[in-house]
Amino acid sequence: MRDGICNLVSRLEVKDLRIRSKGRSLLDVPSLVLDGPGPTLILGPNGAGKSLLLRCLHGLIAPDRGRVVQDGLPLSTAQKARQAMVFQQPVLLRRSVSANLDFVLKRQSMGRTDRKKRIAELLVEGGLDGKARQPARSLSGGEAQRLAILRALATEPETLFLDEPTSALDPSATQMIERMIRRASARGVRIVMVTHDIGQARRLAADIVMMQGGQVVEHGPAKQVLDAPESEASRRYLAGGLVT
Amino acid sequence: MQSFASEFNSAISLILHGDSELWAIVLLSLKVSLFAVLISALIGMPVGAALAVARFPGRRILIVLMNALMGFPPVVVGLLVYLMLSRSGPLGVLQLLYTPTAMIIAQVVLVTPIVAALTRQVIEMLAEEYSEQLRSLGVSRLASVPVLLWDARLALVTALLAGFGRAIAEVGAVIIVGGNINHVTRVMTTTIALETSKGNLALALALGAILIGIAVAVNAMVSAVSLKAEQEGLRHA
Repeated sequence: MRDGICNLVSRLEVKDLRIRSKGRSLLDVPSLVLDGPGPTLILGPNGAGKSLLLRCLHGLIAPDRGRVVQDGLPLSTAQKARQAMVFQQPVLLRRSVSANLDFVLKRQSMGRTDRKKRIAELLVEGGLDGKARQPARSLSGGEAQRLAILRALATEPETLFLDEPTSALDPSATQMIERMIRRASARGVRIVMVTHDIGQARRLAADIVMMQGGQVVEHGPAKQVLDAPESEASRRYLAGGLVT
Repeated sequence: MQSFASEFNSAISLILHGDSELWAIVLLSLKVSLFAVLISALIGMPVGAALAVARFPGRRILIVLMNALMGFPPVVVGLLVYLMLSRSGPLGVLQLLYTPTAMIIAQVVLVTPIVAALTRQVIEMLAEEYSEQLRSLGVSRLASVPVLLWDARLALVTALLAGFGRAIAEVGAVIIVGGNINHVTRVMTTTIALETSKGNLALALALGAILIGIAVAVNAMVSAVSLKAEQEGLRHA
């Protein structure tokens, strides 16, 4: 099953990526290849450059040097359209729940009937059925983040970036989000997610990218990185983790 | 004192008995100011939104200029519009001076900077919040303008109401370009000024009461819109 998905999942490659600001290196990743089938989780302390790397991979920040390659192609507008991103604080349009989904579906030139059908499917998928007409900004934190993920999934992305999507949520809301992420990953969507939660990394990750000081200090299968980290930085970070 | 009481009674009587002259003046005032606000919205909102999202050299200067225009003295606006529309002015051929259209033009000049500046402020805040999300969804800077205008709709209604408040209460500009001609360009504020100087306090008081009523109604609407925004989570963070 995994091998089957592996062939479908898009391949992301970072080549000599560098960002500097005021003489300080913020990001320096000579090479990174994400081509495994399951979710990739990026771990590291605050200021390690995790979110910056995520934004570079999604083309929201242009690096000073280097490039991101998706399936052998440079990150053009067309390539970016194959990606979606969910932010730590969900940014929901000041409209109803269904209008937030309708916004992205309309952009795909989908007909009215198809949009209605798709919105209903998505709302069920995110456990938000019955809240279609509710103002999106009045949703709870967990519901808002689920809507943000649904809206990202509505674009039919091949790669979904998530920047600490559960950092402000309780365990039950976190569980629901993780279920949605697992389902998307099983459908062949490449998941690249930043987290501080080592327990979450253990539950979700197929491979882990460990970062520190703007550099990738370790990248490997989740079990290997979490149980037998090779780098000193990984060991120190994992030793400081509260949840194992 | 007795005279004031009797003038006050006459004013109430004018309002309650639907004095045709009084209501014609009220109607003209509303028509002129509503048209002016509508035109100001059509100009000011896109200009304000464009200034909020676009990045170009001189943008800051334009914003400062627009903010400064918000406090432009109405009498000076009236004088400038008068010079433009007077027979020897560049638009004199249109023969608009001393018509309601001239008053609308003057009010548009006064209200547009208010609408544009408030729109710029509201949209800039919202654009900052939405920026990464909209870019992530592939929405270009230009295409984000209608999205932002729609999502800021309630705050923009407040901006329009503020503009309407300024327009309906304005006297300096409209008296210069309108001329305060009976049954043609006489609006509430200019009539109050004229009738007070003539000693006809009843009509002035009646119009003053209606003007205050309109101001209260506009403020009540602003409060209601803000409350609705808060309830629906439409307020800016």
